[in-house]
Amino acid sequence: MSEQPESGHGQTAHPSTATYLVIAAILTVITVVEVGVFYVPAFQPILAPTLLVLSAVKFALVVMFYMHLKFDHSLFRAVFILPLLIAAAVIIALLFLFRVLGA
Amino acid sequence: MSHAATAHHTSTGLDNRKIAFWTFIGSECLLFGSLIATYLVYEGRSVAGPTTHEILNIPLTTISTFDLLMSSLAMVLALAAVHRGDKVWARVWLATTAGLGTIFLGFQVYEFQHFVHEGLGFTTNLFGSTFFTLTGFHGAHVLVGVLWLTTLLVRSFQGKLGPDKALNVEIAGLYWHFVDVVWIVIFTVVYLIQTTPLPTA
Amino acid sequence: MATTAVPHAPAAPAAPRGLWSWITTTDHKRIGVLYGVSAFIFFLIGGLEALVMRLQLGAPGASVVSAEFYNQLFTMHGTTMVFLAIMPLSAAFFNFIIPLQIGARDVAFPRLNAFSYWVFLLGALFMNASFLVGPLFGADALSVAPNGGWFGYANLTSPQYSPGPNIDFWVLGLQILGVASLAAGFNFITTIINMRAPGMSLMRMPVFTWMSFVTQFLIITAFPVITIGLVFLMFDRLFGTTFYNVAAGGDVLLWQHLFWLFGHPEVYILILPAMGIVSEVLPTFSRKPLFGYAVVVYSGVLIGIVGWGVWAHHMFSTGLGPIADSVFSASTMLIAVPTGVKIFNWIATMWGGRLEFRTPMLFAIGFISMFIIGGLSGVMHSSPPADLQQTDTYFVVAHFHYVLFGGALLGLFAGIYYWWPKVFGRTLREGPGKWHFWLMLLGMNLTFFPMHFSGLLGMPRRIYTYGADLGLDTFNLISTIGALLTGVGLLVFMYNVWASRSQPAAGKNPWNAATLEWAIASPPPVYNFAVLPTVSSRLPLWTEGGATPIPDTPPEPVHVPGGSYWPLVTALGIVIMAIGALMHRALVPSLLTGIAGAAVVVVGIYRWAFEPFEV
Repeated sequence: MSEQPESGHGQTAHPSTATYLVIAAILTVITVVEVGVFYVPAFQPILAPTLLVLSAVKFALVVMFYMHLKFDHSLFRAVFILPLLIAAAVIIALLFLFRVLGA
Repeated sequence: MSHAATAHHTSTGLDNRKIAFWTFIGSECLLFGSLIATYLVYEGRSVAGPTTHEILNIPLTTISTFDLLMSSLAMVLALAAVHRGDKVWARVWLATTAGLGTIFLGFQVYEFQHFVHEGLGFTTNLFGSTFFTLTGFHGAHVLVGVLWLTTLLVRSFQGKLGPDKALNVEIAGLYWHFVDVVWIVIFTVVYLIQTTPLPTA
Repeated sequence: MATTAVPHAPAAPAAPRGLWSWITTTDHKRIGVLYGVSAFIFFLIGGLEALVMRLQLGAPGASVVSAEFYNQLFTMHGTTMVFLAIMPLSAAFFNFIIPLQIGARDVAFPRLNAFSYWVFLLGALFMNASFLVGPLFGADALSVAPNGGWFGYANLTSPQYSPGPNIDFWVLGLQILGVASLAAGFNFITTIINMRAPGMSLMRMPVFTWMSFVTQFLIITAFPVITIGLVFLMFDRLFGTTFYNVAAGGDVLLWQHLFWLFGHPEVYILILPAMGIVSEVLPTFSRKPLFGYAVVVYSGVLIGIVGWGVWAHHMFSTGLGPIADSVFSASTMLIAVPTGVKIFNWIATMWGGRLEFRTPMLFAIGFISMFIIGGLSGVMHSSPPADLQQTDTYFVVAHFHYVLFGGALLGLFAGIYYWWPKVFGRTLREGPGKWHFWLMLLGMNLTFFPMHFSGLLGMPRRIYTYGADLGLDTFNLISTIGALLTGVGLLVFMYNVWASRSQPAAGKNPWNAATLEWAIASPPPVYNFAVLPTVSSRLPLWTEGGATPIPDTPPEPVHVPGGSYWPLVTALGIVIMAIGALMHRALVPSLLTGIAGAAVVVVGIYRWAFEPFEV
């Protein structure tokens, strides 16, 4: 695969300005929903999972589109995902070890 | 002595600097992961002093979060402008990104001094120590980003930020978006998922 | 693969001379030599610390040193050997050898490479300066060196229980060293991913490069964790935060978790490069390719990944609970599998080969046997109930010295003897080499084998003396004699270095080895390869047409980047900031020094970023 080393962008097209604006709008809406969910008493029992899912979506959108990971060489994905998984595993393990989670 | 242009061979067709920077971002996941883990592990264990429910200001932080999200939008627009050689809009969007970042820092400074005023200092209790360290590290990263973007802006005004320098802007963008993404996690985990039990009447 | 056209300045003259050329060097070969020499000097210092410890422990109730000084000795011995000896010795090989093995002219970021070295050296000097600067803190000389163990457990290290500057030196020194390691990690990962010669796929890379690759990933993921743990400790000590303050609700186990989350990957960082070296030396002196190359590579990768899941086996005595104990016990037992796989592959490599027992081969075989012993005691630790007896005793000291001295260090000496001709143009002499090996092997076993017994009999770690009625005398005496013998072996090595100056020129490939670094002159020209080869084999020099020919002189001038002093300046700025933090008891001078250091860093980075520099 021949790519320009300076930019590292693939042959696929960049997202357009419209796409970026749509992403920004989605991020805004999700943030509003997150804060809304925070204030609605009915959501309290499932607040944490709901918010984690919503923020994971925001995380993924920024990483895949703004950081262009969806369109770039899979090497970058590998180099980012591996430490990210380790970090997530460490957080979860420590939550169990300090009895924040679990019985 | 010839000045022959020599080809630089790469194994992947990708630029060294972009590979190195994504590796750095991976490493930062562990840095912030450790800070977040500590915050979560210590949540609710403060023996005295103010805790989350008493002091965190959700409406204000929602605005600063929105500010940072919009700064990421400005950043991708800046990169697009540099790619197409649009000097004016490159400068507009770079300045906007840096400006929104500065506004975010302003919110942080306000919040910090307000908390101190309310009795939550760096050393007051576990919440103070973990909260200020986590958000302080994040804020320091934002500050470095603002300085980096300002440097790029100056370079642009010096006529040294053409499309051939797009990678420099792209890498600054990767940094900036990552700092935004870390805030997404912090906003959710610190501000919205407050697990300290509410005090009973 | 793709290429870019980059306009170049005219080629620089060959290898510049003089002190300034070393200070400003960005050449990976010179940086490798700098790391090697510095690491060896700190290895001698760490060894001296060990010798004094052994003299103190040679007889019960001895008073060679005080208890307070003994604490400094074992702390600095451990910290020095791990961070200032083994790691930089490995870095010496990463630097010199990796670009040569993958067919590159240098690493991806030569100035960042120089920066890593200078930060390491200044950090090492910073930490060791603590031995001398006691009077600056109103204390005696030899009293303010770090003294809380190489693992610095909270809350012994808290401002309440360690009010002096000792732990400040330790915390700040480690933070400085961490910066060096991280920078090098980003550099080598990029280099290995992106600068391999045409035809060198990942599965054609030499095993040393592969193991170093895994090591760099461990570095960039593990070091941030200890950075944060140290930040918490630093904030507790400098500002009075409560991270490790039990009265405020803090948990001292947080320190242990953060430390060992780093600490366990760290031991794989210490051993994997040596395993890589052994995987090069054995095939060369068995006249046979490495048995099961792919499996050896995958095992290394697996060790790196599973190595992230075993850390709490250092904490079996802290009351983690049965579930945590069982999980970490299982993962620790599991990691013995890929390790064992490697050992079987090494043995199979030698099996049926035409063995040549030259010095590098002796050290490589020594590595395997000593590492097996250390691995066996390690597996014994993996059982929590058994470990409850073993932990904090000399049994653990025996284990980790077998894997780190018998393992990592012997492996590194294998590399030193193996690659010495490539670096310096002459082989080391065989006679003294063999004396060195046998003296060191005998000395090492005499020192550490008795510790299995004294440990199981209950001798605790980190004590400066012991009672005469405990039955530990003989074991300790033997250990002390062994330590002296090891020292003699080291003197023989140093004699060998001196005496080998008059050896005949080694030529390109004195060992008739298979990998690319042996295809060029010894020492290599400043540009490494006159023409970058195209590779079609895992063993290019043992395969017909395995690599395209490399002429002795380049057909057209090769651009060689010049030097730069901004990496050194930036490194100095970092250390000045650390000195400022060290002075925290005097607020204004501390702040001014810290700000001055930060200014130097900022100026250094900007000048570095904007100076004309072409790779």
